Amino acid sequence: MASNRDWTWFYRLGSPRWFYETTGRWLPWLWALTLVLLVAGLVWGLGYAPQDAKQGNSFRIIYLHVPVSFLALAGYYLMAIAGAIGLIWKMKLSYMVMKSAAPIGAVLTFLALFTGAVWGKPTWGTYWVWDARITSMLILLFLYLGVLALQYAFHSQEAGNKASAILALVGTVNIPIIYKSVDWWYTLHQPATIKLTSAPSMHIDMFQPLLVMIVALYSFYALALILFIRAEILQRERKAAWVCDLALRADQGSAGEDKE
Amino acid sequence: MSNIGFSAYLRRDLLLSYRRLGEAASPLIFFLLVSILIPLGVSPDPQRLAELAPGIIWVMALLATLLSTEGLFAADHQDGSLEQMLIAPQLLALPVLGKVTAHWLVTGLPLTLVSPLIGLMLSLPAVATVPMMASLALGTACLSLIGAVGAALTVSLRKGGLLLSILVIPLYIPVIIFGSAAVQTAVDGFNWLGPLSVLAAMLCAAIALCPWAIGGALRLVSSN
Amino acid sequence: MPKTPLLTVDRLFFERDDCNIFEPISFSVEAGDIVQIEGPNGAGKTTLIRLLTSALQPTSGSILFCGENIANCYYEYLANILYIGHQPAVKLTLSADENLRWMSPAITTAAEISAALAQVGLRGYEDVPCYSLSAGQHRRVALARLFTSQAKVWYLDEPFTAIDKQGVSILQARMASHVATGGCILLSTHQDLAMDKVRKYSIESHKDREQQQ
Repeated sequence: MASNRDWTWFYRLGSPRWFYETTGRWLPWLWALTLVLLVAGLVWGLGYAPQDAKQGNSFRIIYLHVPVSFLALAGYYLMAIAGAIGLIWKMKLSYMVMKSAAPIGAVLTFLALFTGAVWGKPTWGTYWVWDARITSMLILLFLYLGVLALQYAFHSQEAGNKASAILALVGTVNIPIIYKSVDWWYTLHQPATIKLTSAPSMHIDMFQPLLVMIVALYSFYALALILFIRAEILQRERKAAWVCDLALRADQGSAGEDKE
Repeated sequence: MSNIGFSAYLRRDLLLSYRRLGEAASPLIFFLLVSILIPLGVSPDPQRLAELAPGIIWVMALLATLLSTEGLFAADHQDGSLEQMLIAPQLLALPVLGKVTAHWLVTGLPLTLVSPLIGLMLSLPAVATVPMMASLALGTACLSLIGAVGAALTVSLRKGGLLLSILVIPLYIPVIIFGSAAVQTAVDGFNWLGPLSVLAAMLCAAIALCPWAIGGALRLVSSN
Repeated sequence: MPKTPLLTVDRLFFERDDCNIFEPISFSVEAGDIVQIEGPNGAGKTTLIRLLTSALQPTSGSILFCGENIANCYYEYLANILYIGHQPAVKLTLSADENLRWMSPAITTAAEISAALAQVGLRGYEDVPCYSLSAGQHRRVALARLFTSQAKVWYLDEPFTAIDKQGVSILQARMASHVATGGCILLSTHQDLAMDKVRKYSIESHKDREQQQ
């Protein structure tokens, strides 16, 4: 069709092979960037940032908790947008992005909940409180699990892709509503003794390492996503000539090493 | 003009439910039955029951609606009428909305109508009866619409029931928050129109958006 | 000037999970044509028919109705097709009469409904709930739509399954009169049709071809 011709660049962007080869060149850099940032952020945050006046050293878990929570939510939107692109332009790569973002997002959400609970014990004396943000995070985890479960429930890969893309989109519309309702619910039931809403103005010395950690986690997310997508591409395109070539070359390479 | 639009599907699904009254009544019986478990399992003390009643009634209504949602498109998918619906010469959202309306008339509305009985048994204060019915009427309609999205997504799966509940319960959360809050604020003696109007707004949004999601899901997923 | 065909299929192609169900298909159907789609089991006959009815979305390619892409005249196209699939779309708790009334898109009078049911040999069964009818009778209820429909293009997927000989000859007579009045029919069946002017279109399965090589 004529209208398709104007979009060739877009479709090339959607070519799994192109993606595989390009990201192959980026990977070493991304690994390096992620490791440097993570190490720098963690050492700075855990070792050198000043103690919190009230919470002492236990506050340091925010250097993991906050960036992980950020990405857990952002990851859902990324997944939904990828799904929408897949539905509209029927781009295979886009579905692969969506499919890879789901498990990563679910794990990050779980980590956010886990670090929150660990932080909660010394701070409020309990692992779990029905705080608005924690509850929303828990719901987000179930939204992720729903997308994952639906993805793998179908025999047909394509049906699974389309179904979970629609579900992710419906979830996207719902997330703000869910967050607002949970917020409202929390103010309705808020027990007077627990107050978590305070995000007191952070000292700049504490804030800088946090920024580094946020960037580090974004970089880690990109790395994990790309690795997942590359694995997915190899699996989906295993019959394609270029993947066979790749496997052959890898085989020969390792055989050569063995001889040496 | 023709025999295929909103009202035709509404009429047909109502007729089908009427022919199978036993099946159609089971969500209602389930609702009544499970509500009885609470006094048996927790305590028959009227004061404690009254405290829990708004939440219990709403959770039970949600579960009863959820149970009946699974079959919304499954029978049509099996006997081939879903395919005929997909290729009917009209906006797919119309027959979809007709079917969901029929579903609400068969599950949500009866639940709403018997809820005063449950309220009585759970010692819900009488002032809360009207807000409870109003919130259930609006809320179960939301639940039917949202549940139908899940039912459409899982229609081609043989055992979609459990998966369906995993998909839609997180989406139900705003409805249950505002639904039970409407009842609770009435019990506490405050103005309950606030949460109720939020429910009404949610219903409007659901009516506007859900039929499209359901139609898309049926078209893209059921055929594969 | 050549007449525009009623239906033109242009390089219609469908893949599922990166597996081609069949090679790109092109053909055209004129008013008055009966096209019998042939192929071994699993060749994609049902898939092709469902693609043509637009119940399935093709991966690429297009369908033209009276020379116009059906994307541009979607509802007009749908109003002009009749599809009877593998499953008869008969509701078991409804009677034959209710089922047919329900499935006929145009408004039909009670007399028309009972005439159509009589044509397919269901006189006297109008008000019997369909769960007490046999599989062949369910199919007859579905096929009674052939007598109420005004659609130009018929898509019939294995219409003669579970139908007895006499029923088959009645249906073939109805099909002949449909194409005589300017309609066309695409059907898949393993039976030989006792009609003239039947064109055969065979889809060879992509997978079969691979295995043969």
